[in-house]
Amino acid sequence: MVTAPFGYERVSSFQDAVRALHERGEDAKVIAGGQSLVPMLNLRLARPAWLVDINPVGAGPIEDHGGYLRLPALTRHRAIEEADLVRRRCPILAEAAARVGNVRTRTRGTIGGSLAHADPAGELPCVAVALGAEVTVQGRDGARDVAVDDLLVSYLTTTLEPDEVVAEVRVPTLGSRSGWSFLELSRRSSDWMVVGVAALVELDADGTVAAGSVAFGGVAERPWLAPAEVLADMLGAAPEEALLARMADRAAAMLHPDDDVHASGAYRRRLAAVLGRRALAEAAARARGHGRPAP
Amino acid sequence: MSQAGRQPVTFTVNGEQREAWVFPHDSLLDVLRDDLGHHEVRYGCGEGVCGTCTVLLDGEPVSGCLLLAVQADGCSLVTVRGLAAGGDLHPLQACFLRNGAAQCGFCTPGMLLTAWALLQRDPRPSRERIRRELIGNLCRCTGYSKILDAVEEHAAKAAERTGGHA
Repeated sequence: MVTAPFGYERVSSFQDAVRALHERGEDAKVIAGGQSLVPMLNLRLARPAWLVDINPVGAGPIEDHGGYLRLPALTRHRAIEEADLVRRRCPILAEAAARVGNVRTRTRGTIGGSLAHADPAGELPCVAVALGAEVTVQGRDGARDVAVDDLLVSYLTTTLEPDEVVAEVRVPTLGSRSGWSFLELSRRSSDWMVVGVAALVELDADGTVAAGSVAFGGVAERPWLAPAEVLADMLGAAPEEALLARMADRAAAMLHPDDDVHASGAYRRRLAAVLGRRALAEAAARARGHGRPAP
Repeated sequence: MSQAGRQPVTFTVNGEQREAWVFPHDSLLDVLRDDLGHHEVRYGCGEGVCGTCTVLLDGEPVSGCLLLAVQADGCSLVTVRGLAAGGDLHPLQACFLRNGAAQCGFCTPGMLLTAWALLQRDPRPSRERIRRELIGNLCRCTGYSKILDAVEEHAAKAAERTGGHA
């Protein structure tokens, strides 16, 4: 496998990246960690005329802003997985980062790249949607904030303009009465998920459910966030197993996954129900202070 | 740019300063093998899945097939040859040998480098941690158990030598 030739420009700020992307036109692509892009180049599934390398911009620290963590776009998966701050304040993100690819993928791969790549079977897009994470996008006319839910459109497709680049990611932190779970099934360890689920459950002081969120990966053209009405019955109720199972079943029944070489659509829907039940139960247990500890 | 679209990159390989003139689309793997003679870094899948082209980039394992050579400019690289200082086997390599952790040997450089990098982070990893860390290094011969044995044995011996505890 030999990559087709391309031009290469290294930039040391997001403003310069935007300028370079604008100058080079639609055939220019940003390269961050390169763990999704370079396999596509090697297989000639992508043939950009130019690569704009943003790695020299650097990552900088992950910051705690109270209600959210701020992660520079170039934060590597490995840094997220190992950061004590993330493990304490948003453990579901650390867990999801630890599940991305293999150790080499995580050494290079970045959170901004993962979200901008928009793989429907990606761990971080799924968790970001469940959490209600936001990105800041740098463009020619300055920066704009976009919910990840509004960023992701379809397979490898986002609402980013060709001359825009993700500069930072903001992820809500979880409070003391919040529980979480991220579960996925892959054919082999380090493979893409067949189905994954990110679940969050927040309890009131009386132990009833105050809020909840469930997102599935691998089941549609982008991560699928269960609509609020699907989970409405659990609000104000005690998070009992049968109730949570009904919520998961109801969400899974709305899915219409495609068949592919890894699994049939029917199997994926069944898997979504099973993993959804387990994830909601685990999230509720953690919210009550039980269950397995953070990674 | 000169030399018809190539550009110079310099990095150290196993502590030695090296320079190469590369195209932007040249992978680090190709440059190490074809231009610099580091045939111990091996082509397996070209997609970052198999781990045979693992090199340490500033101490961390990366896929040589997924890094552009231009991106390694100014970095420090280690291949498996860098482990065997002065021609003596690294103790981790000796443990691989003793445990029969290599058969055809094609995956072994990547296994050794990934395991070595893990032991830098965590000198006494659990067997489960070793297994998780080596998930991205595929071996078609050994069945992996002996590789895990070798890494565990090395970690235990290193702890004994330094008087460390788990």
